[in-house]
Amino acid sequence: MTDFERRSIISGIGQSAVGRRLGRSGLELTIEAALAAVADAGLELTDVDGLATYPGAGIGGPGFTGPGSPEVQDALRLNLSWHSGGIEGPAQLAAVVNAVLAVGAGLARHVLVYRTVTESTEQGAGGRQGIGLGGGGLGGGGGGAPSVGGAFQWSIPFRAYSAANWLAMCAQRHFHEYGTTPDQMAMIAINGRRNAGLNPKAIYREPMTLADYRASRMITTPFRLFDCDAPVDGSTALIVSAVEHAADLDHPAVGVEAMGTALRGRPSWDQFDDMTTMAARDAGAQLWTRTDLTPADVDVAQLYDGFSFLTMVWLEALGFCAKGESGPFIEGGQRIALDGELPVNTHGGQLSAGRLHGFGHLHEACVQLRGEGGERQVPGRVEVAAVANGGGPNAGAMLLTRHRW
Amino acid sequence: MGVGEVGAPFRVLPALSEDNRFFWTSGSDGRLRFLRCQSCGYYLHPPSPRCPRCGGVELAPEPVSGRGTVHSFTVNHQSWDGSPEPYALVLVELAEQVGLRLTSNLVGCPLEKVCIGMDVRVVFEHREPVWFPLFEPDDR
Repeated sequence: MTDFERRSIISGIGQSAVGRRLGRSGLELTIEAALAAVADAGLELTDVDGLATYPGAGIGGPGFTGPGSPEVQDALRLNLSWHSGGIEGPAQLAAVVNAVLAVGAGLARHVLVYRTVTESTEQGAGGRQGIGLGGGGLGGGGGGAPSVGGAFQWSIPFRAYSAANWLAMCAQRHFHEYGTTPDQMAMIAINGRRNAGLNPKAIYREPMTLADYRASRMITTPFRLFDCDAPVDGSTALIVSAVEHAADLDHPAVGVEAMGTALRGRPSWDQFDDMTTMAARDAGAQLWTRTDLTPADVDVAQLYDGFSFLTMVWLEALGFCAKGESGPFIEGGQRIALDGELPVNTHGGQLSAGRLHGFGHLHEACVQLRGEGGERQVPGRVEVAAVANGGGPNAGAMLLTRHRW
Repeated sequence: MGVGEVGAPFRVLPALSEDNRFFWTSGSDGRLRFLRCQSCGYYLHPPSPRCPRCGGVELAPEPVSGRGTVHSFTVNHQSWDGSPEPYALVLVELAEQVGLRLTSNLVGCPLEKVCIGMDVRVVFEHREPVWFPLFEPDDR
């Protein structure tokens, strides 16, 4: 139990246009989202004194990063007391965690946090790309055949090019140890699509049946196409403010209740002790040590679904069901539906609303807590929301509340 | 042999350095090697300058049996590198030490036969200057 997180609120949220091949620059999308978030928080750009992003510029494949923080700082002419960007940390939520820490420490009062992707435009019509095939950036040698150094040398030379491959092996192990089935896993995709039908900004909104799921092509067993998220262009921004700002808002503030950032196993895709959970286990467990709330208090859960299996991992890691029992927990899909006992990924998740890389989940948690979900608003008052980002050795979790003061 | 040879799959090569050269060239005599702590016997993978178990710094590559079991697997169907043929990725846990694992490919086995727990043994695919440690069923 700690009150440290509760020194911060999320005072404003904003999101750019989201879509396939928008053909707009990452900076343009970021500015659109940032201005919306600043206005939503009742602030002017001159009030913003902190800036944080994940993952910073110049990392990963085409369209993965969006602009780095210096580019955004300059474009908006921000005068900053604190700033941060980077890929190492508790998954994509690292940027938000850092902002909460900075506000709690008094280094900044209003931090603009953003995550921008242009993967759809930059991957073009060529489809998803594996890692290490584009040449450069992986610590390999010069000309000739492509080569790879660092951690990727242990996967890519064996043609394990994608997180799809690495996590498929985690899922396969889960299936083996616990008897999890493809039809159970399908419920994450089907539930997301059902919710996406109520989200005007979602990418795929037509209904998906179990037969549709089973008919989608295999990517890497047990993952089918519908288990994999949809690359998009879009930017999500939020403002992390000192809690005192809550009284100045014209909408409910979102309280930061607790954060989970732990990584206690080996930080490796293939050497981690328990392949069926990985870092989510540690971040999830830590979260509950920092609050008096329990999993039973959570009204809605926005759990990362870069691959459908990861949402199952988070359901277990956050204690919504026992270890190994996420398959039976989601079977049939009623429990995680909008009107179920634990609505999950109410915007459609990345599988159907687009790969905003964790920040779509964060945005949706705020929307639900503020009661602004429109057709997809969870019935009844939403007081507590869980958000989780990441998979494999990357994991971060947050518990958010409808702020009371 | 070289990358892109007819009949052999495309492979990105590991970038060789003083730290990893022993591993990627180990198969030249048909043996798989890992870095091993000379004080406590712990195998370190990936290579690292200090034994995380005992703190020892006397480390040397040592051959292992090359035998292990499939800890997990996936049959890849997506054509990431232009090859349309499905292939098996395996995570092999070596017999010598719990948790000592290699991501690799299973060869010499129908894809529908791959399963967790199957016994495998190392076999090398040579592409100058690298010997890729792959695995095949071990029907002892």
